[in-house]
Amino acid sequence: MTETHPVATRGENLVRGLLIAAGVGFGLWGLWLMRDFTREQLTSEAFWLAGGVVIHDAVLAPVVVAIGYLASRLLPGHFRSSTATAFLIWGTLTIVFLPVLSGQGGKPGNDTILGKPYVLSWIIMTLVLVGYAVAASVLSKRMRPVEVTAESPSSSAPTS
Amino acid sequence: MRLPTVEDIERRIPRPEDFESRARGSALTARVGSALGIAFAICFLTGMWSHFQYSTPGWLTISPNPTQLYRWTQGLHIVSGTAAIPLLLVKLWSVFPRLFIRPPKGPRALLIEALERGSIAALMGSSFFMLASGTLNIIGWYPWEFSFRRTHEAVAWVAIGSLLVHIAIKLPVIRQALGAPVGHEDHPLDPDAPSRRTVMQGAFVASGLAVLLTAGQSVPWLSRISAFSVRPGDGPQDLPVNRTAKGAGADKTAVDPAWRLEVTVGDQTMSLTRDQLLAMPQSTHRLPISCVEGWSRSASWTGVPVRDLLALVGGSPDSDVVVRSLQTKGAFASSIVVGNVVKDERTMLALKLNGETLDIDHGYPCRLITPNRPGVFQTKWVNRLEAKA
Repeated sequence: MTETHPVATRGENLVRGLLIAAGVGFGLWGLWLMRDFTREQLTSEAFWLAGGVVIHDAVLAPVVVAIGYLASRLLPGHFRSSTATAFLIWGTLTIVFLPVLSGQGGKPGNDTILGKPYVLSWIIMTLVLVGYAVAASVLSKRMRPVEVTAESPSSSAPTS
Repeated sequence: MRLPTVEDIERRIPRPEDFESRARGSALTARVGSALGIAFAICFLTGMWSHFQYSTPGWLTISPNPTQLYRWTQGLHIVSGTAAIPLLLVKLWSVFPRLFIRPPKGPRALLIEALERGSIAALMGSSFFMLASGTLNIIGWYPWEFSFRRTHEAVAWVAIGSLLVHIAIKLPVIRQALGAPVGHEDHPLDPDAPSRRTVMQGAFVASGLAVLLTAGQSVPWLSRISAFSVRPGDGPQDLPVNRTAKGAGADKTAVDPAWRLEVTVGDQTMSLTRDQLLAMPQSTHRLPISCVEGWSRSASWTGVPVRDLLALVGGSPDSDVVVRSLQTKGAFASSIVVGNVVKDERTMLALKLNGETLDIDHGYPCRLITPNRPGVFQTKWVNRLEAKA
């Protein structure tokens, strides 16, 4: 994770200054638009603003790091790349679909709003991605030149 | 047994270099981040355009043409917001170890670090807020105390503002990272590890799939493969319904034989039965219902142009008209149609939908339909038109 810090050019610093000025202005305008919100509204808003950061940094990201750590040690080498892809797609799409999967929303007496079998689709999506991970892993093993596998055993320094 | 010291605790907290994946790094972050920035920019511009429909500033006149404009801008708003979710998650994954960089020494460096971290916290919080509140609005679930529309607008300015600051801070890094190839970093010790390219392709595939699997609500030919879209397209007369007659408290009054349409211009008022409306010259147009939630469908509407109704009581064809509904529950029981839209012949009180008598859930006895306006302003169960003389 070591990164070299490139030095900004003079022109770049001018652009940066303008961007910061505009950005701060936009942010202040956003706050100004909240000037007549009630205390109750602002509390609820603050809860939702902070909630996403806390859920991501304290729950979601550590869980993903732990899963990556375990996968790198438990999965056979040729399974790792395809499984990572399948998991990335499955995880992010599940989050995108959480609202329709939640069973919330819609309106009473109106079945034209949430009118599809979302949970069934999600189960099918999960199975398809598991199938992809297995098929792509098996295929990648077959296509891999034998000498590469022999020269570098995957267990020497796993990464997650 | 001694209590752990601050140093002991600090040693237990991971450091950026403890995270193993070599797929992380600025080459990935800058590329996924650029795509995310474009998605946010589209969301912001189309979103502000949508707010203009709800509260039009004095300097702006919104034309009824192009007919499909709001349908496109709002469809794009929802599509780019949906596409942004996988990109945001992968982008944050790629920089997560940086959360554990230790604070620098010296008050000046510390202050700069604190300001930068503050801008990132504002960007993350507002980004999650925008995407979460937007996707929940699509299904009509509001588990909060604030006004969705006003707060989604205000926080959008904070999100874009903090994004501009973030881009400014990272500009040299972004330039360098985009100039360098994504490249397969060699993993001599671990050739099986997912590569940077694998993660980047995964992010873009996930983002594309998120769009394909939800966009059927706005793109009719996608509705068969959009397994996770809302408003799948069926409903009375092949058109989904947002608010039913019962939900609007108009189910009894809408079928009352005593119903009349009142057209008022100044102090002149005229009452018309539905049969009298049907006896007037009818026009038929194909116009979309385009909702703020991104849902839209075109349908064929038949009815009487609003300007013809105004003419019956001596009203000018380009006066502003207030359209009132029988609706007793929920918001948007009336709407204002400005003169330049009233003047358009396609702005009408529709009596038929796709050739059949309008269903009660679509606004029987008659509903307003206008080109290029959000769905909530297409007032249903209309019983009164008012214009100044």
